[in-house]
Amino acid sequence: MAFGAIVEHDTSFSEWRPIARQCFLAGVPPEELEWRCASAEASLFDAPLTVPSPKPDAPNPILRSNCLALLKSILRHADQTRFDLAYRILWRAQSEPSLAAIPLDPDIARALRMVHQIRRDAHKMEAFLRFRDIGESQNGRRLFLAWFEPDHYILPTVAPFFTRRFTDMDWAILTPKGSITWNGEKCTLSRTACSKPDLSDSLEQLWQTYYMAIFNPARIKTKAMRSEMPRKYWKNLPETRLIPQMLAQAGTRVKAMETQQPQEAPYFHKRLQQRRTEKPEP
Amino acid sequence: MILSLALAELRTYHEQTMKQSLSERLAILSDAAKYDASCSSSGAGKRDSAGTKGLGSTGNGICHAYTPDGRCISLLKILLTNFCIYDCAYCINRSSSNVQRTRFTPDEVVWLTLEFYRRNYIEGLFLSSGIIRSPEDTMAQMVHVARELRQVHGFRGYIHLKTIPNASAEQLAEAGLYADRLSINVEMPTEQGLAAYAPEKKAGIIRHSMGEMRTRIDAGKERSLSGRRPPRFAPGGQSTQMIVGADTATDHDILASSSSLYSGYKLRRVYYSAFSPIPDASAILPVRPPPLLREHRLYQADWLYRFYGFQFSEITAAQPDGMLDLALDPKLAWALANRALFPVDLNRASREMLLRVPGLGVRSVNAIVTSRRHKHLRLEDLARLNVSLRKVKPFLHTTGWSPTRLTDQINLRQAFLPSPQQLSLF
Repeated sequence: MAFGAIVEHDTSFSEWRPIARQCFLAGVPPEELEWRCASAEASLFDAPLTVPSPKPDAPNPILRSNCLALLKSILRHADQTRFDLAYRILWRAQSEPSLAAIPLDPDIARALRMVHQIRRDAHKMEAFLRFRDIGESQNGRRLFLAWFEPDHYILPTVAPFFTRRFTDMDWAILTPKGSITWNGEKCTLSRTACSKPDLSDSLEQLWQTYYMAIFNPARIKTKAMRSEMPRKYWKNLPETRLIPQMLAQAGTRVKAMETQQPQEAPYFHKRLQQRRTEKPEP
Repeated sequence: MILSLALAELRTYHEQTMKQSLSERLAILSDAAKYDASCSSSGAGKRDSAGTKGLGSTGNGICHAYTPDGRCISLLKILLTNFCIYDCAYCINRSSSNVQRTRFTPDEVVWLTLEFYRRNYIEGLFLSSGIIRSPEDTMAQMVHVARELRQVHGFRGYIHLKTIPNASAEQLAEAGLYADRLSINVEMPTEQGLAAYAPEKKAGIIRHSMGEMRTRIDAGKERSLSGRRPPRFAPGGQSTQMIVGADTATDHDILASSSSLYSGYKLRRVYYSAFSPIPDASAILPVRPPPLLREHRLYQADWLYRFYGFQFSEITAAQPDGMLDLALDPKLAWALANRALFPVDLNRASREMLLRVPGLGVRSVNAIVTSRRHKHLRLEDLARLNVSLRKVKPFLHTTGWSPTRLTDQINLRQAFLPSPQQLSLF
């Protein structure tokens, strides 16, 4: 009988914590513990797992606050090996209390990389999520709807950002990993997967006009664009479908600027110049 | 006495322009604003609408989209009007240009900002304007937009206003009350450049306005003896922009100018904008733009000054013609010229010295400094930080690695140059 636990793929820190605690109090080292995802395909050799029962006199695990924050953070990552890594850090931190402060330790380096990915995912969600106007809600406020596909379980991370920013309107954010809704007073988080709604917003045309006009055809740096706005986000953004067309026209636009002959100045410029000579500034 | 246009002329012009649709005018007035490189929406501190009836928040600044020119869209960057009585050679909106002219009403700018903001397209507004009638008049319209946004609509997002030199002191005080950042462009790195390219703008007046803004920004941060806060004034500070490659100024001139701007006026940012070809360009401008790499090198030098403890004079000291090395980044070029200081000990060197090692960024230096309190570092540990070992190797030594004569090799520069590529046959 192997020790371990079967967990849901979206298990959060608060759900993982009691199981990890129980295993720790039973004195099971990370090498002897298996964390298995409920959604993963069962294989023939999978042994049934049991969560060990704690020893009565075992000391409680102790973590420094920075280590606790690190564990809380990495449990939002989508990588299914995160449970194993978190338990290993918990175990090691008992004999190496300053572990979380050593960025060059292999486990910590990996955890920090995960933290970085989660932070980037949350940042990109705050940046690339687009609300669409869908009319009025029951209480007479304007109602908006958004669709986004985050890589990690970051809805609790980003919810405060959206509620504090878009306070005076009602909105819902739908994702394959759950949803956030706001009605002006209460923010509701759900972990039920949503499907992509079919949305359109007439204002998107103005936004596309702006996107085309603010682009400078004389400087093409598509690599810089793609490193900050990777292609995986493009399908849900209203403006990115214009990019091929903008790039195709850029060459001719620049050529036209370079070959353009100097033109005669407009009439009002001549009037201005005339007046300046008549009435010079003191 | 300021030049003013006859009212009748303005009226016919306004009647014409208001026939254009909002979309057409948005295209013209954002096209006219794109040569301003600044798009930052940070530095205003944290603010949000929780518990209020308003809309919007500010924080670290978010880039909401990127265009194929590699620049980000953070703010709705538009002009109130591209009609202008000034004739600055580098500008698309100069009075002698045949570009199509139009304008927004302040209400339209307010509406566009709020609607874009609600859809999470932008962080706020960057409003600039051509000079119409007089500087005071133009500034008054811009302040009007900011006031409407803040007071009528409870907008708590980011507002960046381009200040018009010559605007009155009251207008400046009111602008600072609503705006998070103010800016005036110095445009040209040297005074002679400005005199030649922008005859109506005076370097002295621009510097004077910047000085005045600095005084007000500083005063806005100080509490009185009784602990009372002074009225808010542009908490995001001020920034400026210089055009690179339109005149003959060298990188040394440009960086010297930045140096005095950063220290003299406490600017948050100096932006370098490689002169870019514009439609209906003035005949005194070069036809070909400078390489974009030059602008990139200037930004790297600027970063070295702001985050790495370099002085601008050090960066250009080894360059005889006053131009930055286009083939190598400025930090590497500096290290190659100052090899007597290297190699440094990875486990003992000061933070300041580690920041000067090519290939180590601020984040990796921080990780090194915290980690070495707990363990002895070897070169392999650096690989875990995504540091390019090839780049740092000649400049570091630690247990298990010594560059011996590598640091002093005469052809070390060759090792870092990009490999030559055969020209295309077609």
